[in-house]
Parts: sequence; structure tokens; C-alpha cells
Amino acid sequence: MMRLPWFECRAPRTVAEAAAILAAEGPEAMLLAGGTDLLPNMKRRHQTPRLLVCLRRVEGLRKVSNGAALTLGAGLTLTEVLREPRIPAGLRQAAAQVATVHLRNMGTLGGNLCLDTRCTYYNQTYEWRRAIGFCLKKDGEICWVATASKRCVAVSSTDTAPALIALGARVRLVGAAGEREIALEDLYRNDGIDYLARRPDELLTEVIVPDRGWRSTYWKLRRRGAFDFPVLGVAAAARFAPDGTVLEARIALGAAASRPFLVEKAGAFLAEKKLTDEVIAEAAAIAASRAKPMDNTDLDLYWRKDVADDFVGYALRDLRGDDMRAVRLRTARYLPGEPPGLS
Amino acid sequence: MGAARGREALLRRNVQLRLHVNGEAVEVSFPPYKTLLEVLREDLGLTGTKHGCELGECGACAVLVDGEPQLACLVLGLECEGRSVETVEGLAQGGTLHPLQAAFADLGAAQCGYCTPGMLMTAKALLEREPAPSRERIREAISGNLCRCTGYAQIVEAIEAAARAMRERA
Repeated sequence: MMRLPWFECRAPRTVAEAAAILAAEGPEAMLLAGGTDLLPNMKRRHQTPRLLVCLRRVEGLRKVSNGAALTLGAGLTLTEVLREPRIPAGLRQAAAQVATVHLRNMGTLGGNLCLDTRCTYYNQTYEWRRAIGFCLKKDGEICWVATASKRCVAVSSTDTAPALIALGARVRLVGAAGEREIALEDLYRNDGIDYLARRPDELLTEVIVPDRGWRSTYWKLRRRGAFDFPVLGVAAAARFAPDGTVLEARIALGAAASRPFLVEKAGAFLAEKKLTDEVIAEAAAIAASRAKPMDNTDLDLYWRKDVADDFVGYALRDLRGDDMRAVRLRTARYLPGEPPGLS
Repeated sequence: MGAARGREALLRRNVQLRLHVNGEAVEVSFPPYKTLLEVLREDLGLTGTKHGCELGECGACAVLVDGEPQLACLVLGLECEGRSVETVEGLAQGGTLHPLQAAFADLGAAQCGYCTPGMLMTAKALLEREPAPSRERIREAISGNLCRCTGYAQIVEAIEAAARAMRERA
């Protein structure tokens, strides 16, 4: 049986109080939101914080407000996100495809954005990892995926981050010394260990989604339609002229590196063009060329590389307005539902 | 060294709090690292909720927290203060089985029975939100509950039958 290690627990009521605790306690304190990522990791001794700062009772982290932009509290559960009709389709589709019903009832938007990176050599029990001599990411000195690598190549596995990056979202980080707002893509670093630009005393409190009337979609590759982390995530968002010409477009990839990232070149290529089959194929090739998956997740590496342009193509055809339900069912066992979010 | 160990021992204290389990308030004392699953089974003697993978992958430990299906293996017991927890022990009323339990028994939806408590609780939450779910909705609602015996068909049929029984009774 896997028990959690001992820890102390604090349950602050305000963001300022939580930030003050983080500032005072340093790296031995960790934030606990839904617990669906941190607690399994603690059971396997990936993280053994001395203090958990429980965010459940912090006021104001579950708000949704609609002004010039849509502001989402980081404490909203993924179920709340997928049921909220004001949220753009791409984000709701991403939230609806995270894990299972139970985990979506528990896991939060902020938690999914800060999800620990994953790797077949890392997400194992302590005994398993000890048996192979541990790895760079935790307790060891070698990367078993790329033994010459000085950098940990664990893969970013968040679904909501690519969806939000495609939508041009920003996040608010609040620390004891002040707060800042950054573009979501700047929250991430391409480093499996130091994968977040969040400072240790900062809390991610809000996600700000600009209301630009963009069409958006999220496509996820995984083994089982009912579960599983992504082995590829493709998010696309675009704004169209009445005649179907793309005015602006953004394509973001997930699970293709240690961070989710924007493929600016593919978005720029689509501007001022109509989404013909040829244009879609070329944009898909540009985006897929940026996917550099490693052999550290489920499914065959070469196949994952092969299908990257197909998935970008599906996303763009979806934005064009093609009926993609059959492809969705075949590839993801998932249909965006009606009413919104009842996936 | 001695002082550090003394401080450590001082910190390693149980928490004492009040939980609401199956409509009853209970005072319980347990170490802070215990999950809701461990508190239910070890401190409250409610062993209906099962230990499965312990990592949130199988659904065997599903209970309702504030009416929503959640995994008791990944909820801290101390985070449940003031929240309503429902387990399989609370389903039957007096000697009468809940319609879901009756349908599971009648239609062979339980074989080894290990996934059954989690299935029942997850289905209860679904039927409370949607009294007449489609077969697809049922399949989606229980997609986080793994069953290695039945092949799921009887489970889906039992939930449909229970939904019909509950609508007729209402």
C-alpha cells in the first residue's frame, strides 16, 4: 500500500496569506489544489514537501467574470470549466478530455496548467526508480530517455495549456512582493525539471482569455478515449473574414516537448489565406515539423511523429467548419457535446 | 539532534475533526497524511469503499463528496471537514436496497464485486443530475471506473433499469 509521507498542512483563506506562507517557508512548501497530480506523485516520493498549502478555502479562486476579457479563477475544477458556456470551445474541449469524470471533478484549471512533466522513467514507484538507479528529474544523474542529455526531457502533459495558448490567454501570478501578468506561453520553459517560470513564492490565481470572437478547437491523441495523458495535443484558434479568409490564426502544440508552445510560423502562414485543403496541408506540415517528441510516453515514437500533421489538419478542418464528428470518434472516442461541455 | 527529534515528534500530531459521512456527523482523529479512503476504511470501519490502484486510475474508491463522484484515494481526509461524504454503506435505506443496488444484483452487473461500490456511487451521482441519461451518457459517466469482469454491458443495463425504476417511483 502506498501511504503519503508526513507533512504539515495550512489552509489559508486569502491569496495574500498563501503567498506569505510560500515566501516564509521556501521550497519545502508546495501548493495543493485538486491534488490529482501532486498526491500520486507524493505517494511515489517524487515530491515530499514538509508543508502543504491547501488552496480549497482561498477566497476568489473559483470566479468567472466577463469584462473586456473572460477571467477564470485558477481554482475552477475542470468539470466547471467544461460546463461553462462562456468559455471558448477549444478550452472546453481540452478540459473535457483531461483524465476521467472523477478526476475532472477534483482537478483544477490552475493545477492542469502547472502539471508536473511526465516520463516513463519518472512516473514509477520509488522502488522501481531505485532499481534502475533513479534519473535526472529525481534523485539520479542520468536521463534514461537520452543518456547523453544534460537536460531532463520529461514531457509537458497539460491539455488546457495548448488550448489557452492558442486563444492568446494570459495568467496572473501573485507573490508576496507583488503580482504580474504574463502570456501563458511564457509560463513554460523547455526543461523537464524547471518547467515553470513561476517563482517559488507565486500563486497562479487567474487565467485571462481575450474575448476576440475566435473559433477554436482542441485535438488530443491518446491510447484510451476515456482516460490517459496526451501523447499529442493540437490546439488551433482563428478569426475569419465573412468570406472565410483567415484574418489571424494561432496553433499550439502540447505533449511534443517539455513545454506547450505556439507555432508562430504556422499561424503567420495562414493569415490572409482561405483554408483550402492545400493551405491546410502546408500549415499542418509547418506545425508538425516543430513537434519533437521523445520516446518517453505511451505509443510508438515514429507513429506519433507521423500523425502530428494529420492532427493539425483535423484541427484546421474543424475550424473551417467541416463535419469532423466521425474523425473525432475514431481518433479520440470523444464528441464535443450538447449542452456545451457534457462531453 | 535530540531537540530536532523532539520538535519533529511535536509536529507529528493527529488532526481531530468532524466529518459528515452518510448523513451522520462523526468526530475522528487521524494523522494528516491519511487520504479519505484510509480514514473511511481504517478509522471509521467503512470498508465498502475499495482500495484499488491508489493513484487515481481505477475508480474503485469512488465516493460522493458534496454530491460529486471523487476518488477517495486522492482526497486528504483533512480536506473533507464540513463537506458531505457519501459511501456505498449509505445507499440502502433500512433493509431496502437502493434501486441501483437491486438492479445490479438482478442483472448480473456485479461479478467479483470489487468495482461495484465505485460504480454504484458514480451512477447515483449521474442519476441525481440526469434522471433519464442516454446509454452514451451512462458510458461516459462510468468511464473512469474500471471493471475487469463484466465487460460493462450488464452494468450499463443495470443503470438504465435503475433509472427507469427511479422515474416510475418518483
